[in-house]
Amino acid sequence: MKNKEAPGMSLIVKSVTRLTAGLILIYGIYIVFRGHIGPGGGFAGGVIIALSLVHLMLAFGKDVVLKRLDEARGIIISSLGALAFLILGIVGFLGFKAPFLKERFEHFSAGLIPIYDVVIGVLVSSGLFITFLALVLLTGKREKK
Amino acid sequence: MSLYFLCLILFCIGLYCVLRKRNIIKIIVGVGIIEYAVNLLLILIGYRQNGRAPISANDQEILNMVDPLPQAMVLTTIVIGLAVMVILVALALRIYEKHGTFDITKIRRLKG
Amino acid sequence: MEIHLILIFMICAALFAAETKDLISSLIALSVAGLGLCLAFLILKAPNLAITQLVVEIIYVIILIRATIDKDLPLVRDGRWLFNTVSAMLFAIVFLSFAYFALKEIPVFGQPLMRVSNEYVTSGLEKTGSANIVSAITLNFRSFDALAEAAVLFTAIIGVLAITRKTGKIDEK
Repeated sequence: MKNKEAPGMSLIVKSVTRLTAGLILIYGIYIVFRGHIGPGGGFAGGVIIALSLVHLMLAFGKDVVLKRLDEARGIIISSLGALAFLILGIVGFLGFKAPFLKERFEHFSAGLIPIYDVVIGVLVSSGLFITFLALVLLTGKREKK
Repeated sequence: MSLYFLCLILFCIGLYCVLRKRNIIKIIVGVGIIEYAVNLLLILIGYRQNGRAPISANDQEILNMVDPLPQAMVLTTIVIGLAVMVILVALALRIYEKHGTFDITKIRRLKG
Repeated sequence: MEIHLILIFMICAALFAAETKDLISSLIALSVAGLGLCLAFLILKAPNLAITQLVVEIIYVIILIRATIDKDLPLVRDGRWLFNTVSAMLFAIVFLSFAYFALKEIPVFGQPLMRVSNEYVTSGLEKTGSANIVSAITLNFRSFDALAEAAVLFTAIIGVLAITRKTGKIDEK
């Protein structure tokens, strides 16, 4: 923090980011979980979570974020989200004599809809973040040449 | 009727931008404008006069909701538009890296 | 009436985005048109779409500005700009004249055809338990829609990772 070669933007931006990035992340999770009772849903909440990571990365430089979520780990999380969507569809199909992607058991509030929302949120957030990361790393590699 | 016509004018501006401009980023902007016009036209068709949002509540009657089916379709359309836009930007960056320009008429002459 | 004003505002923003010479201001004008679309969704009683459009708009602008941040080149204007303009105008005229006949079949503004969605509106709450009818449609009545949407997005992510891959393995040796 103190040395002059610290990557990223100025001290003001870093201080404000330290306050707001967590709030944006929590708001994204809130939007994901209220998709069945109000406006919101898995896609919008997932994009908000990805935007909080992008915000962190624009302020602090890419090394801070790359330590926690790099490309190899992000594509694994995103694939797990896509696979879980399919498995949730097959669960109702096999065990409960319902059509594919429907369910016959009664969950807490709205059947499988909140769980689908969470799964789509995982897929979208990690996928969009590694897409942004790939585009930025491509540009950085070209500038270095 | 005039609303639909204004929407189609917006579509035509996007079409002009795609056909006429030479910069690849301008072409991507034109694709975005076309996508906005189509989304807005689909939502305008499903609107009901003095309707309310398609979210159920206890104290209101059910039958004056706006049409929820175009909204579900447009939700899918926005996601597909984002996917198309990301792929286009990646292709444009690759073209810039290989040819050194965004101008689509210069790409032919440079040859690798 | 507000919808007319917002549409005219969006048309002005789109014209500016198409005609300005600076790439950064063109992108910002595109995002202004997107914010107008978000307002139009709010007035047309579609809050789900308003949230999604607002958020997607921000990620468009971030990705596009990051892509063009130091590659601003002047607009070249040599050769057949008259031919290009005339052919674009011709396409627009053909499109509008076909649209004039097509618009007669579309229902009047304010009175939608509810032939399919009457079923969803009346029995959506007790069949699915979800108060938000739009997410009940996308995730329960028409789940294949959400499945295909997730498939398209996942394919796009894998496509971007394949396009921006660094080097092939043959180049290593």
